[in-house]
Amino acid sequence: MPDIKVTPLGAGQDVGRSCILVSIGGKNIMLDCGMHMGFNDDRRFPDFSYITQNGRLTEFLDCVIISHFHLDHCGALPYMSEMVGYDGPIYMTHPTKAICPILLEDFRKITVDKKGETNFFTSQMIKDCMKKVVPLNLHQTVQVDEELEIKAYYAGHVLGAAMFQIKVGLESVVYTGDYNMTPDRHLGAAWIDKCRPDILISESTYATTIRDSKRCRERDFLKKVHETVERGGKVLIPVFALGRAQELCILLETFWERMNLKAPIYFSTGLTEKANHYYKLFITWTNQKIRKTFVQRNMFEFKHIKAFDRTYADNPGPMVVFATPGMLHAGQSLQIFKKWAGNEKNMVIMPGYCVQGTVGHKILNGQKKLEIEGRATLDVKLQVEYMSFSAHADAKGIMQLIRMAEPRNMLLVHGEAKKMEFLKDKIEQEFSISCYMPANGETTTIVTNPSVPVDISLNLLKREMALGGPLPDAKRPRTMHGTLIMKDNSLRLVSPEQALKELGLSEHQLRFTCRVQLHDPHSDTDTLGRIYTHLKSVLKSYSIQHVPDGTVIVESIVIKVTSSAEEPNLKVILLSWSYQDEELGSFLSTLLKKGLPS
Amino acid sequence: MKLYCLSGHPTLPCNVLKFKSTTIMLDCGLDTTAALYFLPLPLVHSPRLSKLPGWVSKDGAINLEKELKECSGRVFVDSQPEFCLPEKELLDLSTIDVILISNYHCMMALPYITEHTGFTGTVYATEPTLQIGRLLMEELVTFMERVPKAHAATCWKNKEIQRLLPGPLKDAVDVWSWRKCYSMQEVNSALSKVQLVGYSQKVELFGAVQVTPLSSGYSLGSSNWIIQSHYEKVSYVSGSSLLTTHPQPMEQSSLKNSDVLILTGLTQIPTANPDGMLGEFCSNLAMTIRAGGNVLVPCYSSGVIYDLLECLYQFMDSANLGTTPFYFISPVANSSLEFSQIFAEWLCQNKQSKVYLPEPPFPHAELIQTNKLKHYPSIHGDFSSEFRQPCVVFTGHPSLRFGDVVHFMELWGKSGLNTIIFTEPDFSYLDALAPYQPLAMKCVYCPIDTRLNFHQVSKLLKDIQPLHVVCPEPYTQPPPAQPHRSDLMLELQPPPMAYRRCSVLGLPFRRRYERIHLLPELAKSLVPAEIKPGVSVATVSAVLQSKDNKHVLQPVPKPAPVPPSKKRKRVIEEPPEVLNPKPLLSGAVPLEPFLATLHKNGIMEVRVEETADGHILHLQAEDVLIQLEEDGTHIICDNNEPLRTALRDLVLRFLQKL
Repeated sequence: MPDIKVTPLGAGQDVGRSCILVSIGGKNIMLDCGMHMGFNDDRRFPDFSYITQNGRLTEFLDCVIISHFHLDHCGALPYMSEMVGYDGPIYMTHPTKAICPILLEDFRKITVDKKGETNFFTSQMIKDCMKKVVPLNLHQTVQVDEELEIKAYYAGHVLGAAMFQIKVGLESVVYTGDYNMTPDRHLGAAWIDKCRPDILISESTYATTIRDSKRCRERDFLKKVHETVERGGKVLIPVFALGRAQELCILLETFWERMNLKAPIYFSTGLTEKANHYYKLFITWTNQKIRKTFVQRNMFEFKHIKAFDRTYADNPGPMVVFATPGMLHAGQSLQIFKKWAGNEKNMVIMPGYCVQGTVGHKILNGQKKLEIEGRATLDVKLQVEYMSFSAHADAKGIMQLIRMAEPRNMLLVHGEAKKMEFLKDKIEQEFSISCYMPANGETTTIVTNPSVPVDISLNLLKREMALGGPLPDAKRPRTMHGTLIMKDNSLRLVSPEQALKELGLSEHQLRFTCRVQLHDPHSDTDTLGRIYTHLKSVLKSYSIQHVPDGTVIVESIVIKVTSSAEEPNLKVILLSWSYQDEELGSFLSTLLKKGLPS
Repeated sequence: MKLYCLSGHPTLPCNVLKFKSTTIMLDCGLDTTAALYFLPLPLVHSPRLSKLPGWVSKDGAINLEKELKECSGRVFVDSQPEFCLPEKELLDLSTIDVILISNYHCMMALPYITEHTGFTGTVYATEPTLQIGRLLMEELVTFMERVPKAHAATCWKNKEIQRLLPGPLKDAVDVWSWRKCYSMQEVNSALSKVQLVGYSQKVELFGAVQVTPLSSGYSLGSSNWIIQSHYEKVSYVSGSSLLTTHPQPMEQSSLKNSDVLILTGLTQIPTANPDGMLGEFCSNLAMTIRAGGNVLVPCYSSGVIYDLLECLYQFMDSANLGTTPFYFISPVANSSLEFSQIFAEWLCQNKQSKVYLPEPPFPHAELIQTNKLKHYPSIHGDFSSEFRQPCVVFTGHPSLRFGDVVHFMELWGKSGLNTIIFTEPDFSYLDALAPYQPLAMKCVYCPIDTRLNFHQVSKLLKDIQPLHVVCPEPYTQPPPAQPHRSDLMLELQPPPMAYRRCSVLGLPFRRRYERIHLLPELAKSLVPAEIKPGVSVATVSAVLQSKDNKHVLQPVPKPAPVPPSKKRKRVIEEPPEVLNPKPLLSGAVPLEPFLATLHKNGIMEVRVEETADGHILHLQAEDVLIQLEEDGTHIICDNNEPLRTALRDLVLRFLQKL
């Protein structure tokens, strides 16, 4: 029985180091290859030894697909391809291919240069890894090999984020990566057609949340920033350099303009301008409004937002600073946080999800004393605000996607077990489909039951469709009869006559003749006439002919009447039929034995 | 399967393919050469053009001085320029299901087709094709609406009158089908019917046909199309290029194994080498500038202009002309330049890799930044105060009948220092210049047409081996001006099927198979039997379900069990349901094994009699005759139905059922 196997190596009942193995139609595909922000040890990367204990992965994988540039989806890629060893194709969209190496290099610098870790991938490895990348476009059907094809759909979430359909023959899987079902200030909403995959593998970060309208959240955010700045406080917004940052920048830029505010807004790291450039060049990936107006006014050229210098952090007076990284686990955002944490006038706004173990996660859980890098404790006095701006689908969005794609089975990853449980019940109730949520290393096997494609001869099909009439009768379905010829891997369904001809076989005629005796005091011709009338009344839906040469023909059954000269009243009715009319022949012989109605 | 040819223009095709149950329009090109019969539309009042004498026939019998003007020895129509539309009468355009667009030059007639014909289908095009196509249409509309003409000339079209007009007007064909330009509202409505597609995307049409655009290498987003079912494949090749310019290279291998290949859009100037022309373009430009003259380049607002700017970007500094200003004047100049930078996915490899840096893929961004290239929506406004001479001006329309180019012709035409360089191949430059004669300005003809030439196309066809080729008639003979150049035509075996405007071609297809799916339960129930080594057959009895052109075979439902009631007896009396056909039988019943089987089943007394064709078996106790022959068996059995059916089943054991 054909089946599809799904095994998460990461992101199984967890957020971080997304990496899901799929076996479908004899092909093995790795979906995403991410790192875990919450760990600094081996658990940082997916456990590739699950695939093979020793040696390279190339012969075990047909392709690797990266859904978007966030490190929890691509952070382990150079490690996997260059250190474990994989030389096959890696598919991603153009923006992902452009931005992914920059974030990887950033991540490498923080890990190796700042924390001094060795045994990590090098810049050269990132470059070599990127050489294996095959970029693809939305909706382009890429033929990985003869049987395996993949297709990307728009996912929102971040620039270049895509959902992927993986198809072998009639079996298919859709992997969503991270997606967003509501358009935001710079990206559009995810979309997929009714592709009815066998399994839909969806993220479930916000499995239990139904977020209030985006407008309210935006107003809330602006109000909080405004209030803090008004009272002379400083606002820190930890972000990742690409993605949410651009959306919030657009939001603040327009607000500052409208309110005529003077407090400076800064953006840390040199990446800003470059990042905005990517948005300009990949404008076709942003939302409709930005795309439509980009010739007149490019939304990614900011007037109020300037580059940050580390010395500014000590400047007096209010300011707003966007700093990377977004979970306060390292780098500039953490440094600024340490400086500002002691003052209750200040505020930190966490605009996205923070994985366990990061400073961001700790302060969001209300921790007031932090131990940072094993040194002195830090008192957290500043206000901590959480605003869910990270662009994931909420429960409503996930259900919406299921309605769009109509999967036969559902599989949840990239979320917390408890929340998944809740969503799983909801999905099973509402859609009556099975929903799975395997843990890391646990395999879900789904038996697929694909139908068998066959070539039917057009003659046979047309004949059947003509006979069947325009509207099929559900109560009396027509049985079609054909011969399936199996030869050299081809399956052809043809009419039996054609099959005989093609196979060089001759037909064997099987005939039956049956004599029925009957007393009937009429002439032979009259008897035949009476038989004709009788059959006409009994067999309403058959073709019955009275042929002048002295026979009655029902379909292809021949009926004749004879009598002997000695006994003119004893008639012998001769019935003759072929095997093809067996049922009717048998019926008629039984019927006539009972005599004719007087 | 049929092909309706609505345009005879080889590079501006419009064909309709009827394939299976679908009606697919392939491109809808607009032939703008009809505009050449009209007077130019000046943007600024032109005393020369306004004082032209009206035309009166020699004998004075026909007076059309309001409609026709004599200019430089030719007669022109003084009215808003009109265009020649695809044929609208050959078939009912409202029956078209989809329109496939191959590139932005081949969609300019779209509003005429989608509006006011009852069209309710979908148009498929790539994103660059849609966006740039929109710009070109918008430009055309602006050119026309900027200088409205109060009256439309129609009297001259009268057959009786046209016959008496001087050439070339006399010979203009289909003049009654010519139409003036559409409105922006019609453009917007037409383009709202476009559904975007990406290269290699498989688009299902009604479950019957799959269409796929492939990169054609000619312009941003340009595509060839594959139209196929499981068994038949039509390739539509339109405007393709193998040269390395800015677009993504042409995808060739997917065109293989076509039953029919429809070939349009070959180069219009097969004798000119685009690289050579580019060199000539640069040297003529440099020569004029050095002598203190201006250069006018009539061009479309997208396409080759990007390559020209890139070429000049490198050339101007090396030629020491770095300070010469370039002006690009068009209502859509800015949009065209901006749009060209955002289609990274549709560009050639080395432009694509620039975007990863991130840098703009085209160097005209730098030309704009350094103020070497300036763009303006029209000659009015800022341009008039900022413009310096000598300079290079890129502007449309290449027909020289409307757009800002008309102004520059009037302005610069009188000086021998200036040069006009023709790069677009769509118009005869002599015809384009006709209303401006006599002209002092130098004229250089450097047509750059990057589309496939005959040499490239014959090599391509050799590689992809289509069974049949369909092409416009002009491709099957040498160009009229060069009747000896048999290398400038298609020579194929079998010879290509040629079409002209209004042809209807029957395509040589024999559809023999269709895809059907057996449901897994049915597939499992089949019992294959090997008939020959490697060939097995199975009898399939199933219920056919056809929906949305998809066919599925399901197992025959088991009849509902008859409730044990009084009615039971009557059920037997009912005649059997209208026949479900029995399988055909094949093989033969061998005598000895059959006798043995009879024996085993308790039939002992059998008398065997040999006949010419086989044997007659007389079952004496039962009084039954069985006639066994090579290709038939006849059971003659009276009054004993159970015995007859038993014998039947014994015979069937020896036969194959199909």
